[in-house]
Amino acid sequence: MAVSTPVLPLTDRAAPAGATYLNAERGLRSWLFTLDHKRIGVMYLVVILASFLAGGIFALLVRTELLTPGPTIMGPDTYNKMFTLHGTVMIFLFIIPGIPATLGNFVLPLMLGAKDVALPRLNLASFWIWVTGATVAISAIVLGGVDTGWTFYTPYSTTTNTAVIPMTLGAFILGFSSIFTGLNFIVTIHKMRPEGMTWMRMPLFLWGIYATAIIQVLATPVLGITLLLLVAERVLGVGIFDPALGGDPVLYQHFFWFYSHPAVYIMILPAMAIMSEVIAVFSGKRIFGYRFIAASSIAIAILSFLVWGHHMFVSGQSSLANLVFSALTFAVAIPSAVKVFNWVATMYKGSVRLLTPMLYALSFLFLFTIGGLTGLFLGALATDVHLTDTYFVVAHFHYVMFGGTVIAFLAGLHYWWPKMFGRMYSERWGRVGALLIFVGFNLTFFTQFVMGSHGMPRRYFNYLPRFEGLHQASTVGSYVLGLGFMVVAAYLLHSLFRGAPAPANPWGSATLEWETSSPPPPHNFDEEFDASDPYDIESLEYDPAGGGYRRHDPSAIRLRPAGAP
Amino acid sequence: MTTLALTSLLAAGPAGADGGSFWLPAARSTTAGEVDSLFYLILGISLFFFVLIVAVMLAFVLRYRHRRERPAEPSRDHNLPLELTWTLIPVVLVAVIFFYGFRDYLDITTPPRNSYQVQVEAQQWSWSFTYPNGYTDSVLHVPVARPVELVMTSRDVIHSLYIPAFRIKRDVVPGRYAKVWFEATEPGEYDLFCAEYCGTNHSNMITKVVVHPTGEFETWLGKASNFLEQMTPVDAGRKIFQVRGCQQCHSVDGTAKVGPSLRGVFGHQVRLADGSTVTADENYIRQSILEPASEVVAGFDPVMPTFQGRLSDQEITALIAYLKSLDGN
Repeated sequence: MAVSTPVLPLTDRAAPAGATYLNAERGLRSWLFTLDHKRIGVMYLVVILASFLAGGIFALLVRTELLTPGPTIMGPDTYNKMFTLHGTVMIFLFIIPGIPATLGNFVLPLMLGAKDVALPRLNLASFWIWVTGATVAISAIVLGGVDTGWTFYTPYSTTTNTAVIPMTLGAFILGFSSIFTGLNFIVTIHKMRPEGMTWMRMPLFLWGIYATAIIQVLATPVLGITLLLLVAERVLGVGIFDPALGGDPVLYQHFFWFYSHPAVYIMILPAMAIMSEVIAVFSGKRIFGYRFIAASSIAIAILSFLVWGHHMFVSGQSSLANLVFSALTFAVAIPSAVKVFNWVATMYKGSVRLLTPMLYALSFLFLFTIGGLTGLFLGALATDVHLTDTYFVVAHFHYVMFGGTVIAFLAGLHYWWPKMFGRMYSERWGRVGALLIFVGFNLTFFTQFVMGSHGMPRRYFNYLPRFEGLHQASTVGSYVLGLGFMVVAAYLLHSLFRGAPAPANPWGSATLEWETSSPPPPHNFDEEFDASDPYDIESLEYDPAGGGYRRHDPSAIRLRPAGAP
Repeated sequence: MTTLALTSLLAAGPAGADGGSFWLPAARSTTAGEVDSLFYLILGISLFFFVLIVAVMLAFVLRYRHRRERPAEPSRDHNLPLELTWTLIPVVLVAVIFFYGFRDYLDITTPPRNSYQVQVEAQQWSWSFTYPNGYTDSVLHVPVARPVELVMTSRDVIHSLYIPAFRIKRDVVPGRYAKVWFEATEPGEYDLFCAEYCGTNHSNMITKVVVHPTGEFETWLGKASNFLEQMTPVDAGRKIFQVRGCQQCHSVDGTAKVGPSLRGVFGHQVRLADGSTVTADENYIRQSILEPASEVVAGFDPVMPTFQGRLSDQEITALIAYLKSLDGN
C-alpha cells in the first residue's frame, strides 16, 4: 500500500496562518470531536491525570487508615473498598493507558514527521471508549463500591455482594480502548515512517511504543474473555471458576495473569522508551547500544507472555510449572538489566544537563534498579514462598510501577511539555518537585520492603503493634509524595498561563518532533523529511537568539513541501 | 539521606519484636535457614549491582556535568564485547539464584515420611486445627523437632496459611486439599496469618502456633481433648466459642460485628430479616448453629457457615449454657 496522507480533518483547511493546534479552532465541540492526534493526546492527558489524582487520593486514605492498628478513619469494609479502588483506578484508568494514550498519541506522529496517526477516527473512537469504560467502572463506586482487590480473585469476587459487575465491565470496555490504540500505533509505525527512517533508524521511543502495542493487541483480549466469564458466572451461574458450581478458582488466576503479567510490560515499556530519549538528549550524546535497547524491548514483549505463573508459586500449581515459570522469569530480567547498563553508559563522556526531565531520569535509574533487583527475591521460588502476598511485593511493585513508570511519565511530561503547550515551566520548582517526590517515594515504599520481609501480609486493615513504626513512616512518606505532586501540578498549571514561550527545540533533541514550532500547527509540518539519525544530538548547536537549539543545516533533512508528490 | 533513613528504620523496625535481624524475623524451622541464606545471597548480589549502578551514574553526572566550555567528547556509541559481557554476567548470576531457589523450594515443599498430620480448615475468618484424636482448636499446637504436615481445606473462598518464622506459605483453595509442612526448631509462640485477601475480617484471621517442648505436646493434647468432662458447661461453652471461630463474628459485649452480639440474647425476642420475631430459646440457638441461613437476624447478611456435623450435641449444649450466662447485666 502506498503511504498516503491521511484524510485531513476538515478544520485544517480553514486554519489561519501561524495558528497552533491549540487555537486553530475554538469551542468544546472542536475538542470533543477532533481527529487531531495532538488534541486527542491532550484530552487523554486531562482525563488520565484526573484518574491519577483520584487514585492518589484513595492511596492517601489507605495510608492514613494505616497510621494505627485497627480503625483510624474508617472501618474494614470501607478500607477494603478503598484499596480496591486505588488499585483498579491506578491500573486500568491511569497506568495501562497512561503513557501511550497521552504522550504516545501526541508525540508518535510528530516523531515520524507525519500529519497524524494512520487511523485518526479509530483514535477518537478509542478515546470515547475509554471515557465509556471509565464511566462504567466509576459507577461501581456509586453502586456501593467493590471490595475484591484489583485482581478480582474468584470465588471471593463471585460471592461478595459488592458492585463487581460494573467494575469488571468497565475494565472490559477499557480493554478495547487499549487494543484500538495499540492497533493504530502498529499500523502507523509500519506505514507512515518517512523516507530514510529504517527500523534501525527509528527513535527508541517508537520501538518501545511498538513493543507495547504488540502486547496490547495480543494480551488484552484474554482479559476481556476472562472478565466476561466472571460476569457470566455471577449473573448466569455458569460454573467456570467457583468450585461450588464445579469450576476451578485457580483457572481464573491463570487467565487473569496471562493478561495482567504482560500488562505490567504495557506499563513499563513506554516508560523505558521515554528514558532512552531523555537520557540521550540530556547527556548530549548518542544513545549507547541502540540495537541492544531496541532488541531488548521486543525480547521483553515476547518473554512477558511466558511468565504469568510466577504470581502463583504458592497457589498449588505443580512444582514443574513453578520450575519453568521461575526460569523464564529470570530470563525476562536480563533485557531490563541491559537497558539500565546502556542508559548509564550513554552519559559517559557526555555533557550532562541536570534539568527537570533528567532529574526524573536519574530518579528512574535509582528506583527502577531497586525495583528490578527486588524482583530477584520474588522470582526465586524459595524466597518467594516467604515474601509473596506481603508488603515486600507491594513495595517491589511500586518501585517498578511508580519508581519506573510514573517517574518516567513525569520525565516525559516535562520533556515534551514545552512542545505540547508552547510554554516553559519553572525549572527551580521543577527540581523542588522532583526532589520531594524522590524522598517521599523512598520513605513510603522502602519501609514496606522491611515490613514485608518481616511477614506483614498485604491488604490488612488491622496489623500487629510491632509494625506500627514502619507503617507510620510509610504514611508520612506518602504525605511528602502528595505534597510533591501538588507542587508539580501547581507550577505546570502556572506555566500554561505565565510560562515563557517555548522555542521549537528547547533541549537540543534530534528527533523530528522538535523540527516544528512549539506548540505545533494543526497539520504538524510544512515539509516532508528525509529522517536522518535520531540521535545525532552532537550536531545541534545552541542558538542564543531563539533560546533553543538548531541544526547546522536545517535544510539537510527536509525533502519537499508537505503534500507534494 | 539513605543512611539516615536506614538508621531511623532500624530504630522503628520490627526487628527487635520478632527476635530477628533488620531484614528477617528469627528463623524457627529446619528449612528457614536455607531460605535465609538464599535471601542474603540475593541481597548481596543486589547491593553490589545497586551500588555499582548508582556510583557509576553519579560519577558520570559529576565528571561529565555540562559546562559551556566543555562539549560532549566523542566516544563509541556501541561496544559489542562490553554489551555481551554485561548481558552474560547477569545471565550466570540469575541462573545461580534460580538453581538455589528451586532446590530449596523442593526441600520446603517435600514433607518427610511419617510427619505428624494436623487437619486444617480455613473459613471466613478463622482457622481450626483438628488433631488425629478428633480434638479441634483455633490455635495450632505442635511438638518441637518433629515434622508436622498440615492438610488444609477451605469452606468458602481462597485463604493462605503463612507462618513467617517458619518461612512457609500455602494457598488454601476451596475444593481441593493443600499441604504444607514444617519442623519447628524452638519452643515458643509464633504468628500465623491468612495471607490471601478473603474479605471484611481478613486482617483478623490471625492466630498463633504454639511449639511445645519435647514431651509436653502429648500432655497438652490429652488435657485439652478432655475439656468437656473437666469443665463446667459454661466454661466449656466459652472455650468452644473461642476456639471454633464464633468470636470472630459475634461479640459478647453488645457491639455488632459481622454478626449480632450474643450478649443478653438468650430468652429474649429477636427480630428476623423477614420481619417476624422469635424467642431465642434453646431450639432457636441450635437451629441457628446448624442451619444459619434459615432464620437470619434483621440487619445482618446470611454469611454464617453451617456447623452441621462439626459440633457434637454435647458441644452445642455447652454453647447454649454459655450463652445463657451472658445475661446482659
